[in-house]
Amino acid sequence: MAHTAEEVQKQVRIYISVFVALMAFTVITVGVSYLHLAVIPAIILALTIATIKGLLVAGYFMHLLSEKKLIYWVLILTLLFFVVLLMIPSLTENEMIRKAFHVS
Amino acid sequence: MSTAIIHYIDEPHPVTGVTNSKLGIWLFLASEVMLFGALFSAYILLRTGSDVWPHGSTLLNVPLATLNTIVLITSSVTMVMAWASLAMNRFSRYQLYMSLTILLSFVFLVVKGFEYGHKFEHHITPATSSFYAIYFTMTGLHGLHIIGGIIVNLYLLLWGSRLWQTNPKQFTGRVEAAGLYWHFVDLVWIFLFPVLYLL
Repeated sequence: MAHTAEEVQKQVRIYISVFVALMAFTVITVGVSYLHLAVIPAIILALTIATIKGLLVAGYFMHLLSEKKLIYWVLILTLLFFVVLLMIPSLTENEMIRKAFHVS
Repeated sequence: MSTAIIHYIDEPHPVTGVTNSKLGIWLFLASEVMLFGALFSAYILLRTGSDVWPHGSTLLNVPLATLNTIVLITSSVTMVMAWASLAMNRFSRYQLYMSLTILLSFVFLVVKGFEYGHKFEHHITPATSSFYAIYFTMTGLHGLHIIGGIIVNLYLLLWGSRLWQTNPKQFTGRVEAAGLYWHFVDLVWIFLFPVLYLL
């Protein structure tokens, strides 16, 4: 990660660009919501924009783009647990799986 | 009296390549991902399990929430600028940006307070519906995180900043850790906003 004054100065310019991008995406996501799209496309679009915004914050403000491997592993493990725990209850709602396990 | 010394708080650990403080804050944030993750899962289950689900904008105030999104994103920028100011050895700049961050955090809370107040005036509580139950739980927990961030940032702005005189490296590390937490709180809102208000 950058520590010399010039490198930090360079990063500050990047922070300003990220700030502008985040504002633009906020305006877009609110604007799109007034178009009253169907539920599925609306969800996909809103979550895609939110994910881009989230990646910008994590990548630049939280310095993840220039972070050490260990931090990546911590986050990969966390993401894995999150997805598995998210899927387990959602899958029990799934008709096919309920039938396979004879759950009424 | 013996003093317990925690090693590698101002220089990277040779094995991990990061300070123990940074590893610590990331592990804490990992636990926070699971905490909010559980509530996002609950939201998905409640929504998919119910016959009807209201569109957030018909019940909640989208302009106020948009304002709060802008306020919180701006506070994230001032927070990272506070850290960058320390990295560039400009302490008074740091004080300015940290004060702005705290000010914006209070603005967020006041706006949220108006939103909550308006709901309570109309006798709308978490017991009103599944939508309001998950809305108040998620935004309430997020609000508590904002309050926690304000407390830590106030400490780092006021008496905690004495450390800058004796160990500037460690102090910069503390501000970076507080920043990582603050950006995480911003990140949670980035997802809460569309999920609760726009969908």
